[in-house]
Amino acid sequence: MSDKGHHLAPVSPVEQRVAALEALLTERGLVPEGFIEDVTRRYESEIGPMNGAKVVARAWVDPGYKERLLADGTAAIAEFGFGGPEGDHMVVVENTAAVHNVIVCTLCSCYPWPVLGLPPAWYKDPPYRARMVREPRVLLAEMGCPLPDEIEIRVWDSSAEVRYLVLPQRPPGSAGMTEAELAGLVTRDSMIGVARL
Amino acid sequence: MDGKSTIGEAVPVTSKSFGAVPRTGNVLLVDGIHDVGGMQGFGAVAHSPTEPAFHHRWEAVARALLTVVAGAVGASGGEFRHSIERMEPGHYLTSSYYEHWLTGAATLAVEHGLVTGAELEARAGGRFPLSGPVLAPPVFDAGPDVGRPRFSAGERVRVREWHPPGHTRCPRYVRGKIGVVVRVDGMYSVPDVEAHGSARRYEPTYSVRFDAADLWRDGQWGVAVHVDLWDSYLERP
Repeated sequence: MSDKGHHLAPVSPVEQRVAALEALLTERGLVPEGFIEDVTRRYESEIGPMNGAKVVARAWVDPGYKERLLADGTAAIAEFGFGGPEGDHMVVVENTAAVHNVIVCTLCSCYPWPVLGLPPAWYKDPPYRARMVREPRVLLAEMGCPLPDEIEIRVWDSSAEVRYLVLPQRPPGSAGMTEAELAGLVTRDSMIGVARL
Repeated sequence: MDGKSTIGEAVPVTSKSFGAVPRTGNVLLVDGIHDVGGMQGFGAVAHSPTEPAFHHRWEAVARALLTVVAGAVGASGGEFRHSIERMEPGHYLTSSYYEHWLTGAATLAVEHGLVTGAELEARAGGRFPLSGPVLAPPVFDAGPDVGRPRFSAGERVRVREWHPPGHTRCPRYVRGKIGVVVRVDGMYSVPDVEAHGSARRYEPTYSVRFDAADLWRDGQWGVAVHVDLWDSYLERP
């Protein structure tokens, strides 16, 4: 898109490019006041894996909730007030002693924002996206989640409108814990499926 | 079913309307660099157990600006994604996620006449790489919706083997492959249509299960890969 003669000019640092677009759009009256700060605050403090952890802990202690969650993830997650963009069509996949689930988006970085927050950098970078569909057993082991051959691996590529959440198995030794205590055991990685608890 | 974009939250409403400007260029981009499923040679995943939502303030700004631009120009989720998929491959692979968003936002802003490339470069004090041109023709006639699912759970399907020049959500690694439908989902706007104009077509999507050993012919055992696919991506085997 640059004019002839600009081809040898150095690429502007990314911060300066962002500032340039921000300034031009602001001058044209397209950036509502406070919009950038509002978006930033929402993703920094209101959504994140602590939301998904509450869903998982509830499913561990309440069989009726678990049944609803596996039957209609979107509706069951909405019982907590969680929903919205990238969470409008949720499917929850359950880990068992015989099955391990893991989520990926090979084409971009689709991820269930309302329950997990924004995806980590490694989820968005090519190595994870390229390898998780090709050699998941190898990659999971590399990432600290070795699985015996008897465990079937189910990879879910979020290539359309459904977003996935992995329901990890309740860890051993958690028998007398409260729902809130259980939520504290649930990690982001266990809900992506790159870890077991 | 409401046709709204999947770009993000609270897209600011603007009464202004901006028409697309003609796109020119000679970069050949088919089967974009973004379609990385199964590609080899990328090496280890730089895993970290926890991360802040944004590592730098500019990332949050870039994210918000894409939302602003998409709202101003009425971009669908498909058009937004395609603005990133058209990035020059070397630039795509060597830049971070939010630089992708910035490049997509700036590309859409230029293509829809909100700003010019010269203005961006003057303000940025250097080159401001944008994505390559749209290669697919605009879609004026989306064709009829697929009102009811053609396939049901348990049925074998084959993914069409084709290489469209525009946007698609059919990953290359399953094209021509046979799988089994495991779930029938709702009706959704077909990305291949919505990325290239204001026309829309709705079709069911399916989760299709593939045996990894069939995909890669490498003898791996006990691995299923599920891909979510629109009705028109599939045919009877």
